[in-house]
Amino acid sequence: MSLDPATVRRIARLARIHLDEAEVPRLQDELNSILGWIEQLNELDVADIAPLTGPAQMALKMREDRVTDGGIRDAILANAPDRAGEFFVVPKVVE
Amino acid sequence: MLTDLTLAEASAGLADRRFSAAELTEAHLAAIAALNPRLNAYITLAEDSARAEAAAADAARARGEAGPLAGIPLAIKDLFCTEGLRTTAASRILGNFIPPYESTVTANLRRAGAVFLGKANLDEFAMGSSNMTSAFGPVENPWKPRGDAAAKLVPGGSSGGSAAAVAARLALGATGTDTGGSIRQPASFCGIAGIKPTYGRCSRWGIVAFASSLDQAGPFARTVQDCAILLGAMAGHDPKDSTSADRPVPDFAAACTRSLKGMRIGIPREYRAPGMSGAIEALWQRGLDWLRAAGAEPVEVSLPHTKYGLATYYIVAPAECSSNLARYDGVRFGLREEGTDLTQLYERTRAAGFGAEVRRRILIGTYVLSAGYYDAYYLKAQKVRALIHRDFTDAFGKVDALLTPTAPSAAFAQGANMDDPVQMYLNDVFTVPASMAGVPAMSVPAGLDADGLPLGLQVIGRPFDEETVFAVAAAIEREAGFDARPAIRAGVTP
Repeated sequence: MSLDPATVRRIARLARIHLDEAEVPRLQDELNSILGWIEQLNELDVADIAPLTGPAQMALKMREDRVTDGGIRDAILANAPDRAGEFFVVPKVVE
Repeated sequence: MLTDLTLAEASAGLADRRFSAAELTEAHLAAIAALNPRLNAYITLAEDSARAEAAAADAARARGEAGPLAGIPLAIKDLFCTEGLRTTAASRILGNFIPPYESTVTANLRRAGAVFLGKANLDEFAMGSSNMTSAFGPVENPWKPRGDAAAKLVPGGSSGGSAAAVAARLALGATGTDTGGSIRQPASFCGIAGIKPTYGRCSRWGIVAFASSLDQAGPFARTVQDCAILLGAMAGHDPKDSTSADRPVPDFAAACTRSLKGMRIGIPREYRAPGMSGAIEALWQRGLDWLRAAGAEPVEVSLPHTKYGLATYYIVAPAECSSNLARYDGVRFGLREEGTDLTQLYERTRAAGFGAEVRRRILIGTYVLSAGYYDAYYLKAQKVRALIHRDFTDAFGKVDALLTPTAPSAAFAQGANMDDPVQMYLNDVFTVPASMAGVPAMSVPAGLDADGLPLGLQVIGRPFDEETVFAVAAAIEREAGFDARPAIRAGVTP
């Protein structure tokens, strides 16, 4: 499988990363080199293997359903790049 | 010199009132002032708070309330959130981020009385094997090849600043994180010890996330015992991390003196990679001889899916990274680049905030998770991961621990391996399989190559059996008698 320039642009769009047109060819080469190297996994037949999502093979713990944290609005807003009072500010999204 | 002490020696000296925590911290701050402008091991220094913490440690000791790490100066990888102290992940996108909370691991260290000297440099978001991807500049490895004092080598990565700081005596120990080798490979490159414990041993809460099914915190120090002491303070169950293990933390330091008599040590034949350097092959053999001399029995074992570890890793880790790093959107914290609409704001912020390697991994991860490719890449990788995990389970039915080299080479020059991402990824060939399986693994300095650069051996253990890992690594440390020191270190500036 080999990525064409349109696919590189589409992935960047999905990932919300702006690409200059001049970056596309180099990135296409790099991504194809990585994906080509990954192709070696096709040597393996894994049809009957159950996927492993992570090494922590333990049951998730239950806990009491009650509020244990909160009331820290100012701490949460402290790193906002732009805010108005108690709100984060973004460009207008609804006309 | 105070900066040359081991952590255990420094603790004893503080307990015996031979020196104060204030003096110990000042000695390290002076060393940092002299060498950090050159080595760039720290991104952010915390002189004032370090002095206050040292004074508090001295006061606690005077009251008879000194914790197990009271007054011990440490470097903290700049991936651990520290309340009120800038935490950047070595990225422009978090360049001005001041966490309003403290990670569980650093909170545990603070409770034990440790002093934080500053935040150590790393590859951006812990993605790299050289520390070259840091937005705050590369770190210089304090070791020099014999006869070439001008050479600038990498300290390894991603925890390159932590490893360089400990090697150059700019801290008695450091925290790191390891996703595919980010503690073990820099430990090997810098001639110090470092352990990635079992996945779940340390809480991940408050550590900037890279790949959540792989990320695990661990310590660096100049001796195996010092690593054991630090891990004992870092580890423990945390209700805030659902993957943190609810089990008691053993006395890791006591395990360092355990006998190896009757222990079976596996030598995985698949790690004998074609093209392995003669120096590394010879060191591996010497490691086996040392363990035999210590009473252990070497046994050849097979981990048949070893060769697929890296390719599997470079699907799983980017997939998780693309998901984790979606939170950096320029809205709630971190860098913002303005745009005419919200999508443009996101796209410009993320293009300006992330470096080339991070962008590359996000794009790979986005692709392997995208509609139509998920089964072919991500699901397949999870299935191969199950096979790699089974390899380890099978091997640990026959042996108590595994011995391998840590890395396929000694430290390389800054700028090398930069034009081919796959070539850089190959650095992690021996460390990634243990990460995929979640088992504990430690690098211990074992010798020098022909150029006088340090090489480490890796000890891999059963899940939650760090004690055996420490016992084996401590035996190698005793037998190896590794006493070489880097050319650049506190008190010595060539």
